[in-house]
Amino acid sequence: MSASTNSDGLPRWATLALLPAINLGAALVVSSLVILAIGQDPLSALAFMVKGAVGRGTGLSYTLYYATSLIFTGLAVAIANHAGLFNIGGEGQAYVGGLGTGLVCLALSGWPWYAVLPVAVLAGALFGAVWGLVPGYLQAYRGSHIVITTIMFNFLASALMVYLLGGPLIEHGQMAPESREFAESTFLPAVKEIAASLGYRTSTLPLNLSLLLALLCAAGVWFLIWHTRWGFQMRTVGANEAAARYAGINARTTIVIAMAISGALAGLVGINELQGVQHRVTLNFQAGMGFTGIAVALMGRGHPVGIVLSSLLFGALYQGGAELSFEYNEISPRLVVVIQGVVILFSGALEHMFRPALVRLLKPRAPATAGQRA
Amino acid sequence: MDDTALWIVSLLASTVRLATPLVLASLAGFYSERAGVVDIGLEGKMLTGAFAAAATAAVTGSPWLGLAAAIAASLLLALVHGFACITHRGDQVVAGVAINTIAAGLTAVLANAWFDLGGRTPSLDGGQRFLGLHFPLAEAVRGVPLLGRFYGEVIGGQNLLVYLAVLAVPATSWVAYRTRFGLRLRAVGENPAAVDTAGISVPWLRYRAVLITGLLCGVAGAYLSIAQGAGFQENMTAGKGYLALAALILGKWRPYPTLAGCLLFAATDALQARLQGVALPVVGAVPVQIIEVLPYILTVLLLAGFVGKSIPPKAAGQAYVKDR
Amino acid sequence: MPPQPGPWAVELVGIDKRFGPVHANKAVSLRIRAGSIHGLVGENGAGKSTLMSILYGFYQADEGQILVNGAEVRIREPKDAIALGIGMVHQHFMLVEEFTVLENLMLGAEGGALLKDGIRKARAEVERLEKAYRLDVPLDAKVADLNVGIQQRVEILKALYRGAQVLILDEPTAVLSPPEVQDLFRILDALRAQGRTILMITHKLKEIMAITDAVSVLRQGAVVANFHTQDTNEAALAEAMVGRRANPAVRRPGAPAGAPLLTVEDLSVFDERGVERLKHATFRVRAGEIVGVAGVAGNGQSELLEALSGMTPFQRGRVHVNGRDVTPESPMDPAQARRQGIAHVPEDRLRRAVVKPFPAFQNALLGYQADPAMADGPRLNWKRVAAATARLMEDWDVRPRQPSLRTSLFSGGNQQKLVLGREMERDPNVLLVGQPTRGVDIGAIEFIHRRLLAMRDAGKAILLVSAELEEIMALSDRILVMCDGAITGELAAEDATEGLIGRLMAGITDETEHGSRADAAGGAA
Repeated sequence: MSASTNSDGLPRWATLALLPAINLGAALVVSSLVILAIGQDPLSALAFMVKGAVGRGTGLSYTLYYATSLIFTGLAVAIANHAGLFNIGGEGQAYVGGLGTGLVCLALSGWPWYAVLPVAVLAGALFGAVWGLVPGYLQAYRGSHIVITTIMFNFLASALMVYLLGGPLIEHGQMAPESREFAESTFLPAVKEIAASLGYRTSTLPLNLSLLLALLCAAGVWFLIWHTRWGFQMRTVGANEAAARYAGINARTTIVIAMAISGALAGLVGINELQGVQHRVTLNFQAGMGFTGIAVALMGRGHPVGIVLSSLLFGALYQGGAELSFEYNEISPRLVVVIQGVVILFSGALEHMFRPALVRLLKPRAPATAGQRA
Repeated sequence: MDDTALWIVSLLASTVRLATPLVLASLAGFYSERAGVVDIGLEGKMLTGAFAAAATAAVTGSPWLGLAAAIAASLLLALVHGFACITHRGDQVVAGVAINTIAAGLTAVLANAWFDLGGRTPSLDGGQRFLGLHFPLAEAVRGVPLLGRFYGEVIGGQNLLVYLAVLAVPATSWVAYRTRFGLRLRAVGENPAAVDTAGISVPWLRYRAVLITGLLCGVAGAYLSIAQGAGFQENMTAGKGYLALAALILGKWRPYPTLAGCLLFAATDALQARLQGVALPVVGAVPVQIIEVLPYILTVLLLAGFVGKSIPPKAAGQAYVKDR
Repeated sequence: MPPQPGPWAVELVGIDKRFGPVHANKAVSLRIRAGSIHGLVGENGAGKSTLMSILYGFYQADEGQILVNGAEVRIREPKDAIALGIGMVHQHFMLVEEFTVLENLMLGAEGGALLKDGIRKARAEVERLEKAYRLDVPLDAKVADLNVGIQQRVEILKALYRGAQVLILDEPTAVLSPPEVQDLFRILDALRAQGRTILMITHKLKEIMAITDAVSVLRQGAVVANFHTQDTNEAALAEAMVGRRANPAVRRPGAPAGAPLLTVEDLSVFDERGVERLKHATFRVRAGEIVGVAGVAGNGQSELLEALSGMTPFQRGRVHVNGRDVTPESPMDPAQARRQGIAHVPEDRLRRAVVKPFPAFQNALLGYQADPAMADGPRLNWKRVAAATARLMEDWDVRPRQPSLRTSLFSGGNQQKLVLGREMERDPNVLLVGQPTRGVDIGAIEFIHRRLLAMRDAGKAILLVSAELEEIMALSDRILVMCDGAITGELAAEDATEGLIGRLMAGITDETEHGSRADAAGGAA
């Protein structure tokens, strides 16, 4: 993931806007081909998706609700990436983080939500941080490859949660592997309630207060990465570890801290999913959000603003895709996963293909290069 | 006594069945990673192979065409991996993630669209699958205590692809350590510059390795859907590609130790299924998850050097850029 | 034996090569007589390696022709060069460390799809070559277990095994000890005697005089002189290399040195294999003096700089700096070293002292990110950093003067000035500097030298490591000479001659040197 190491002098606007647009365009072309292969009309499918995602209040609410989780996981991937680490473990960190949030919500039954929230945030962040910190520690001090270790930790998280929800945490007398419902007082206010208090009536919508938390995190990450010494140190470790050592930066602790923050951010998915919407700890509540965070971070070029925007895009894809599959039986909602994969391919693995071409295209023809190879 | 013997035979037979896709996939990973191309996309290639095999077998009725389709589909993804990592020097891990993601989505979308069974392919009947081969005299020696059933159900009675996997291990070892291709393969994973200056094309060598990876992943996928199973289901690889990678790490990137790793993982899997809710002596009923996670914990410990040390090929993960 | 080829084994005609704005080779023409040893000298960056890489097919020339044995050839990749009987021993060996020697020799020349037959043939052929040139190597040993001298023999053997008639050696002695250099020269002699042609890149003039038949000098990408070795001498070669009379700077002695700012006692560094790379170094650097460290690259100078700057731990000894004792039990990391007033300009600064994708002003902060003057609480004040960087760029003539330009878009020389400026402007007490003028243009060299002397005159202590003997002699008040990890001599600037330093660099310490060593030790006490 060497998104930042290119030294070709591509203008900033091209890096931040044009490249993602090209990548998105490529992803749309590929998914259109898939829709064609299924025998459907890509244009009307696309139009339907857009309408489903942003056309009505309900759709928009779902889009923003998905985007909330994606901001958390996208930031998690990005911050690790700035420190030179590929954290594939967002999925597991989100899962275990949700456990922390869930336990707090279960324990603090009588408390009002605004008293529960800070504790739940802390617990979610802490649990997620631990799940990220251990692979970070093993990478920094034992040389284990972070990619493999975080993959293994995803499986471990899954096994742990299956065990807990199938036994210790299961609701008495129920078969479904999930915890009992949290006390209603702990529920995060959803947009519905906020709207109602302002005099609007809406239907049940998943969008809740955690979107604000996500935006706050994005601002915090932006400040941390580009405006503090710790962020500078992380970026230095990520870009050139030898230079980091020269600069007196302890790469090992930096790696561990970056992974802890990364895990903590992913761990906040549970605030949105559990305290915000499901109101109980359920199996696989994170539902691929951790993996989608990779595409979000890559497309957002590791910048919080880009991540918020690409979270909105992927949130819309999730929601639009779901609507689409209601309308067209032939189109599975998993189409969004294909798009996600193509985005990862084009903006991540193939960035060296588009970039030089773009550099050549945008470079003003300087007289110095004109004489080359007459 | 007889019960125990039966139990052991069935455990072993099931171990062999569960080990087969792991063996094929981890050997697939062997070629790619020894050539210096990290491949966490084994999972996706296998999954795509499984879908292509089941879909083709369901439509044509031929398991052989299914196998061919599986290999072709998996090779296509291998080419994508090569194109991104070798030709364009993209990040190998990111490319692997992309392939896994595309495969997970695409197989589900296509299965849903083509067969309208909620992401599955139609159930295959015997003629559309690779079935267990009956070994000569299996019935006759069945009565011999232990060995008879062992011969009939563990050694024999497996499908063709199981034997292919068994053969693939010595074949891989022979290729890697006894042939010119193997020497170059191992060299390019350790020091591509040495290969380049010796007048050998690094990209072409790596492409060949990656294609072999695709081939073997395709076979592994076909095994899942048209030999062991009778059709494709969404995400039916369920992490086997990652487990195969773990076995390769456990085997320190060598064929026979990797085989041992696969057998170990398969045995824990087989055991786990049989211990569900069973009370063991002394400890009582253990949650099966504890057995289930053993492979993952073992891999983590091994990579961290707490039990032995597994060191990957030196150039693995790095694109080769000529410099100076 | 092969038929006697024409008089010229290799002819390069008008070879021209550019890398973007860098004109690496300018219409280079060169003729190498068959059966001779031909030297190619030039400063770092003169274009020697590029030229040889073109001959070996690693790069394609933009213009020009290559003739081998009188016939024009096209060399597109190393395979073509090998087929034409051209072999190359790279400065960084191209060996697979995990392989045995035999496997390395066979790689690319296996003699069939199966290794079995090839192995037998290879063994026989290699043993014949070993005997012919007395190139003893253990065929079944793992390369990682061999020392560099033996590894180099493996490389030579590898080229010969592929039938090389022309052998290119890129800086072959850079990593060798003096006895190993003697061995290498003996081997090269034997190869020449058998009619093979050798092209040797080096920047060590003594070696050129010792072994070559002819020599070509490259400066700034162009051939500036060709000599028969017997008709020239080191001074003439040096002049051709640098384009001016050697020893230009007249040493400007400073005021008598003051109190010691850096005291090093019995310092030893062991590498990860347990080999002692720095042996019992003991010396002092006082306020207002420059102590130069001379030696062939790889004789412990790098380890010395790394240990003193806190980059690597040391295993024995004591360093006293600015009131602090550093020992293996209480080590000092680079951040602490900076707090002790030690600034460090590392030898390979373009790799380690800058982060290339960062804008220049961020690199101007690298290492000093904890400086409270550049932050408001937890927030780094980039505006202030950028303003300071602009001043630094003005002061050190870093071009272009754009603090927010990506560092990689500056030329190497300008990146170097940025680093030097960053380290010297912060008013350290002790400056550790490695190869201060490597890779910078001639104008900048004078400038950097002036700044170093000014810093000395301001009462700072400077430890200067350089591969350029001239530079050491021009700047230093005292000179330490290193060989094989040990300080083999310590000379006052007035007593230093090139001959004396050269002998100490080679580890020759006879009675006369013994005397001056004792003097020096006394002087340091």
